[in-house]
Amino acid sequence: MSMIRKVLEPIGDLWSLVVGLRITGRNFTRPQVTVHYPREQVPTDLTDSYRGPIALVPHPRDATKSKCTACMICVGACPSQCITVVKAPAPVITPEQEKTFQEAEARGEEVERPVAPREPVIWINDFSLCSLCGMCVEACPPRCLTFSHELNAVGTSRDAFLHNLLIPYPGSLKPTPEQVQKLQER
Amino acid sequence: MHYEQLGVTEGDFYNRNFEKGAREDTMILNLGPQHPATHGVLRVIVELDGEYVIRAEPVLGYLHRMHEKMGEVKTLSQFIPNTGRIDYGHALGWNWAFVGAVERLAGFEVPERAQYIRVITTEINRITSHLLWWGAFTLDLGAITPIMYAFDDREHLLDILQMPTGSRLTHSSFRIGGVCTDLSEKFIETVRDFIPKMRERLPMYRDLVTDNVILRKRLEGVGVMDADMCRRYGVTGPVARGSGLAYDVRQAEHFPIYEGLDWQVAVRTEGDSMARYLVRMDEMEQSLNIIEQALAALPAGPVLMKNAPKVLWKAPKGESYFAVEGARGKIGVHLVSNGGEFAYKVKLRSPCFSNLSAYAEAARGTILADAVAILGSLDLVIPEIDR
Repeated sequence: MSMIRKVLEPIGDLWSLVVGLRITGRNFTRPQVTVHYPREQVPTDLTDSYRGPIALVPHPRDATKSKCTACMICVGACPSQCITVVKAPAPVITPEQEKTFQEAEARGEEVERPVAPREPVIWINDFSLCSLCGMCVEACPPRCLTFSHELNAVGTSRDAFLHNLLIPYPGSLKPTPEQVQKLQER
Repeated sequence: MHYEQLGVTEGDFYNRNFEKGAREDTMILNLGPQHPATHGVLRVIVELDGEYVIRAEPVLGYLHRMHEKMGEVKTLSQFIPNTGRIDYGHALGWNWAFVGAVERLAGFEVPERAQYIRVITTEINRITSHLLWWGAFTLDLGAITPIMYAFDDREHLLDILQMPTGSRLTHSSFRIGGVCTDLSEKFIETVRDFIPKMRERLPMYRDLVTDNVILRKRLEGVGVMDADMCRRYGVTGPVARGSGLAYDVRQAEHFPIYEGLDWQVAVRTEGDSMARYLVRMDEMEQSLNIIEQALAALPAGPVLMKNAPKVLWKAPKGESYFAVEGARGKIGVHLVSNGGEFAYKVKLRSPCFSNLSAYAEAARGTILADAVAILGSLDLVIPEIDR
């Protein structure tokens, strides 16, 4: 009896094969779901919600400048310490200027001493460290940071991932040679 | 006798110290750390008598990333991206466990809409995790086709999940006091369209794999773990529910949103690999039910509480523990704070660690191929075990 069952059971089990072939056959006639990547790309509505490398928002009045005020809150919020922001330096006051200011103050006039512009001169995001968490974007008080939708961040060296976020803003202030040197030393 | 005493000086600590049994005719074999059947860098040293496993000892630590220590040197909100990377399969479960622990410590009230969003996204993430397991498990058993179907659905779900979380895998979208982005109309519509499609796919999965005679013969009665054994090892999640323990954190901890929804805890009593398999298949269906109801009941309102912590926020002094039902079991975070911006100690309770510890006993006496099937049925994620 058990021998007959042993012979018949595998024959009955062949039904699984028929079911599998039916499903495979049905899917064989369906359109392809994958995309041939280098020749085709996924539709952009899928990548619009992707949080890519961060970018700066342009200033509402001057599009050649970024909205960033160099308050450094994003630097403190970042979990991976991948943001480097350098403030614009305080203007150098020459002795002659200082003298005119003092004379004006002595006359009782209100003097507007030049202050450091509230702008960054260096804004570097080390994308090789960034984890795209969005802490900097949420922490930014003037809401000047945003996510780009750049998918293809590819490079052949580590330096390729040091994103300079001020490149799209030609109107932003330039760093002094000392500031650049200090950064390079780090 | 130790290998060292036998004069073996080569190999690492485990090679030298994995004791040979009483018999001389056994063979010691390394499964992993790089092995297609171990889902990552898990290493299992097995002692074999022919095809039969006499002993199986998992070796951990190849993917240790010091997440608990990193919790002590990062501010509480800076630690959130880490939680998304502990378990790549169910990142939002870990997100929720951590922010939940912080909220419980600080006594924050999370807006209701944010709670619903957490439920919806976590359940979608649970389905993606189970689909990943389903594909990889059948791959372990030698079936190559099912993972293609699983990844078809999973890709759609990952695209859906990208809308509120911004990423496809290592999500970090929950914040202390809410979530970072609101659900868009497009997201809600896409999910509503996707649920019936997924429901149509599940019978196909059943026909193709679950009812397949080869799978049934490979899994039925293999790796039986009874309820008592599960309790001894602290096994949770689908593995414990496959052994008849109806323990689900979503139900046991009285989560406010889950309480109001109509769903059942999937339980099977057989305790074998097939039972664990079926529990996960049932859970996918239950998750779809939860998502559908939660979307229908989604209230309006803010998604982040009013006084959500800023960058230099200091947590109050004290301790808190928060547990969430992850795709693999009970995810727990024990947070100790001494009143600073950093946590004094973050203890992460990983479900896979406990589940894996039961493996040594479950695999004893089985054929090597069955031992691989048992390992797959535990649904292990190695980064989570090592943390």
